[in-house]
Amino acid sequence: MTTHSNAVEMRGITKRFPGVIASDKVDFTLQAGEIHALLGENGAGKSTLMNILTGLYRPDEGSITVHGKTVEFRSPKDAIAQGIGMVHQHFMLVPTQTVTENILLGLDEPRFRLNLSHYHAVISDLADQYGLHVDPKAKIWQLSVGEQQRVEILKTLYRGANVLIMDEPTAVLAPQEIDELFNTLRSMTKEGKSIVFISHKLDEVMAIADRITVMRKGKVSDANINVSETNKQALAHLMVGREVLFDLERISQEPGEVVLAVENLYAINDKGLPALRGLSLSVRAGEIIGLAGVAGNGQVELAEVITGMRQATQGVVRVGGQVVVGEGSPESKRWDPVRRIIDAGVSHIPEDRQHVGSSPNLSVTDNIIMKGYRQAPIARGWSIDRPIARSHAETLREDFNILVPTVDTHARLLSGGNLQRLILAREISSEPMLMIAMQPTRGLDVGAIESVQRLLLEQRLNGAAVLLVSEELEELIALSDRIYVIYEGEIMGETTRPDREEIGLMMTGTRQEDLGERGRQA
Amino acid sequence: MNDIAQPRRKFSLQGKFRLEPRMEQPGWLSALISLGAVALALVLGGIVLLMVGGSPLRAYAFMLKAAFGNIGVFSDTLTKATPLILVSLAAVIAFRMRLWNIGAEGQFFAGAFGASAVVLTPILPADTSPWIMIPTMMLAGALAGGLWGFIPGFLKAHFNVNEIISSLMMNYIAVAWNNFFIFAIWSEGGFQMSPQFPKSAWLPRLADYSAQIPALRGLTTHLGLVFGILAAVVIWWILYRSKWGYEIRLIGDNPKAARYAGINIVRNTILVMMVSGALAGLGGMAEISGVVHRLQGAISPGYGFTGIIIAWLAKLNPLLVIPISVLFGGLILAGREIQPSGISMLIQGIILVCLIASDFLLRYRVRFIARLEEV
Repeated sequence: MTTHSNAVEMRGITKRFPGVIASDKVDFTLQAGEIHALLGENGAGKSTLMNILTGLYRPDEGSITVHGKTVEFRSPKDAIAQGIGMVHQHFMLVPTQTVTENILLGLDEPRFRLNLSHYHAVISDLADQYGLHVDPKAKIWQLSVGEQQRVEILKTLYRGANVLIMDEPTAVLAPQEIDELFNTLRSMTKEGKSIVFISHKLDEVMAIADRITVMRKGKVSDANINVSETNKQALAHLMVGREVLFDLERISQEPGEVVLAVENLYAINDKGLPALRGLSLSVRAGEIIGLAGVAGNGQVELAEVITGMRQATQGVVRVGGQVVVGEGSPESKRWDPVRRIIDAGVSHIPEDRQHVGSSPNLSVTDNIIMKGYRQAPIARGWSIDRPIARSHAETLREDFNILVPTVDTHARLLSGGNLQRLILAREISSEPMLMIAMQPTRGLDVGAIESVQRLLLEQRLNGAAVLLVSEELEELIALSDRIYVIYEGEIMGETTRPDREEIGLMMTGTRQEDLGERGRQA
Repeated sequence: MNDIAQPRRKFSLQGKFRLEPRMEQPGWLSALISLGAVALALVLGGIVLLMVGGSPLRAYAFMLKAAFGNIGVFSDTLTKATPLILVSLAAVIAFRMRLWNIGAEGQFFAGAFGASAVVLTPILPADTSPWIMIPTMMLAGALAGGLWGFIPGFLKAHFNVNEIISSLMMNYIAVAWNNFFIFAIWSEGGFQMSPQFPKSAWLPRLADYSAQIPALRGLTTHLGLVFGILAAVVIWWILYRSKWGYEIRLIGDNPKAARYAGINIVRNTILVMMVSGALAGLGGMAEISGVVHRLQGAISPGYGFTGIIIAWLAKLNPLLVIPISVLFGGLILAGREIQPSGISMLIQGIILVCLIASDFLLRYRVRFIARLEEV
């Protein structure tokens, strides 16, 4: 007899994709009523395993039992019928329809007449049961990202899911929303639901999970670890296969002159709507300044304005005392503002590594000289000195540990971490006065994150001013000397002694002044 | 475990074709697939020949002889290849930046007009030394072609006008413009052509030296071939060794990255279209001055469009353009010798379709995935 306390048992699951074994004889057990974290780097095989459990892929070998019954899923429909539902990282909702309509979409009931008021009530009850507060009559586009996620969860619950798979659910949430999500997850387990929590973030996993299974390179490196019996270091070791240091040493140093001064900056986004609304901030030499905020609150536009890629409608940006954007910037028709700002000593790690930061079908060498090709020694008159360019690329490949067969390899063949090291190598080797780093560790695995963070700290020690934009609050707190919080194109406040709660409130639109008020009243 | 006999299960072999992107595209594979595509095109062309009652093998053998059979016809092939090299280079440099200049044909006509204008206006008298006449005609041809490229380039850069449409439309304007001059202004005795150019405006041919070297008698290959080869080397150097060429390749591969690197895309768009037009214009000048020796209507059997095919066949490599242009020159020449003469056009068309289709194989690997399915 199999133990019926196991909601799901996967035995010896093997899935081969051409050239890789994405899942190699993986065993996975989910107990009823637990939150089980599936931890691993990108490409470790977490998603493949869960796609097998939800019927999206069929395993080449292995068996699945759900509540003690052997099952074989031919499609996601079969998996839902067995009570297995998944909340994907990217929501699958129709923005112009209401919450209820989205939840009912694709179901056999109601058949023809849509008795919406009845279903509003049903869904409202279901939402209350799990503390998933959302108005069933609201249209999806009116909801925040956190609320949309609740709709996704409600969708799977309404379909009768007992086993909920959450794929990196916190990636899009503000800290308060994360706390609310965790409360919801806990209340769901109290009702007897079981949850698989896919993540590569150790802090969260430690906070929410009961047990943890760690995957690496398609295999289970350790299964069913009790959270109480482990720590971050041990988990990171299992994930990466080597020791990872978390305590990045931020040596205290006196910051120097103001390098970047942004004053009362206004700009509009691609849709023509205001993206920056009177934003001011400053960064001094030898400082890392963090910019915290939920994605889409003007961070991208700010970086684009500072680097000359977007026009400011009002306001001034000074770099090293010189006005580079706005009234008083040098009138130069011949040179692009972007080029002028690069020449002023500003380097930029763009958010989008593939589409902005690199050129996929050019070689590693060509990608490395992207900004330096105009100056000697790489440039020689009208020509590019190929041997010098090549040896420069070779040197950076060594120094920054870019893993490629040769420097003639096309950039598109590089992994995320390698590509980011290439971009950092290029941007750092120009010895910039100011570095704008946009989400420099997003999507990277633990080992790569560590090396990128180290490089940023090194820049700080070398006296560069670094503006770090990140959605990872932990990262901002670990690296920054000071943190600004941006919300809808405005700075809500700044802090040198970061407090997660306070930053979280500012990230959702509370001004620092008002925080103080509330504090005093309380 | 339960021992209840399972009902007998039936299986059938199922499978499907799956496409996987290729990680690497080695050079030999590219060459192999291109050769395979050309071979397939010849087979398909052969089938068409069979259908119309011809013998494909005999037809191909005849074409081969007509184009490469002896030094005389080979010289003619090289003469045909000369304008092809120049217009193909025009396509190569523009396509490298993903500027779809379809207007090489019109730029070719504009170049022919510019060169002719030097002689016919006349800007320079007929007894001018060839040492002055020829360079002036080259300059005028390149400038006129460059202007024809500038217009779609400017519209693209400043108003984001689709260069495919505008450069294509410019072709008709160029042809009509030339027609106006050969019908109305420069026509000779009511014929739709200009008077013949003076000898000083002729590019030297190999045959011109037959007095010294008898073996060169009757050979039509002219100095334009040297322009073509030099231009190919220069364009290769620009693309792979110069700062400007690096900008062109970067914009072509990823305009957003180019913007991020501070490269002026507007200026480069105009510049590249002008250089592209100038190369095609030089092709027009070479044809007028090296072969036709007058301005007339039928100076191009669609060189500008054939150039697009050649540029793709050469995978946008300026040096590869030379041998492929020679092959196409031979194909055009052979087309004149066999009936119906449309055959060579037909084969050209089939080659292009096969090549475009083969590019897919270069990017993807096709796999058959078999599995057992229970029925």
